[in-house]
Amino acid sequence: MAEPVKLRYTVPPDDFTRAGEASSAVKKTLKKLGIHPDVVRRVAIAMYEGEINMVIHAQGGEITVEIHPDRVEMVLADRGPGIKDINLAMQAGYSTAPEEVRNLGFGAGMGLPNMKKYTDEMRLESTPGVGTTVSMTVRNPA
Amino acid sequence: MNVRDIHNILKAKIYCGEEFLDREVHTACGSDMMSDVLAYVKDQSVLLTGLVNSQVIRTAEMMDMVCIVFVRGKQPDAQMIALAEERSIVMMSTEFRMFTACGLLYENGLKGGCNV
Repeated sequence: MAEPVKLRYTVPPDDFTRAGEASSAVKKTLKKLGIHPDVVRRVAIAMYEGEINMVIHAQGGEITVEIHPDRVEMVLADRGPGIKDINLAMQAGYSTAPEEVRNLGFGAGMGLPNMKKYTDEMRLESTPGVGTTVSMTVRNPA
Repeated sequence: MNVRDIHNILKAKIYCGEEFLDREVHTACGSDMMSDVLAYVKDQSVLLTGLVNSQVIRTAEMMDMVCIVFVRGKQPDAQMIALAEERSIVMMSTEFRMFTACGLLYENGLKGGCNV
């Protein structure tokens, strides 16, 4: 596996039922490639949280995943409303999700903190009115 | 305990995954908030919930859980059953409410897998 395996997904807008399909596909691929189960789970959870966010807050978006021998890199980009205060958004429990999203079992304000918790590196770039890009890396323990 | 014990203790109805009833399980978690399951759960193999939608199955899948129990008699739809089946997850529902369902399983040796 000298060349990284590259995967690309489009997350459809407003389709809560299908949210998580990309994360599920990535999880399957990582398993098939024999990646460490702990890495597989951390990637799956972090990406799933991001994918849910894209459906809840933006109108879907694009996800690219690069699988390297020593790490998995994920970039989730949307053209949603953006995040005004990133520090506030990163606080556990802070959420702007509407009531109907809470009724679906999400919107507890744990998504972004969770993505940080499960990854080794996380970078959040956002411009209000333009969109949000989350870049995350999970390293493979040697 | 195995998944069959859960089925018996909770007098549950099974929707899919009958072939996996012998799977060993040691810990479980009960929550209606999938956000919290993703945040706090570690190595629990059973999810008890009163929430019924496809993201319950996705959450269980991401967390490598093997069994989903819907409490308060809630029932999954055909699409959810297909999704769980595809992922080899046992799915069942019990008439017991959340507190009682968790209590019965705990009493019979299933643990929460976390300490305060």
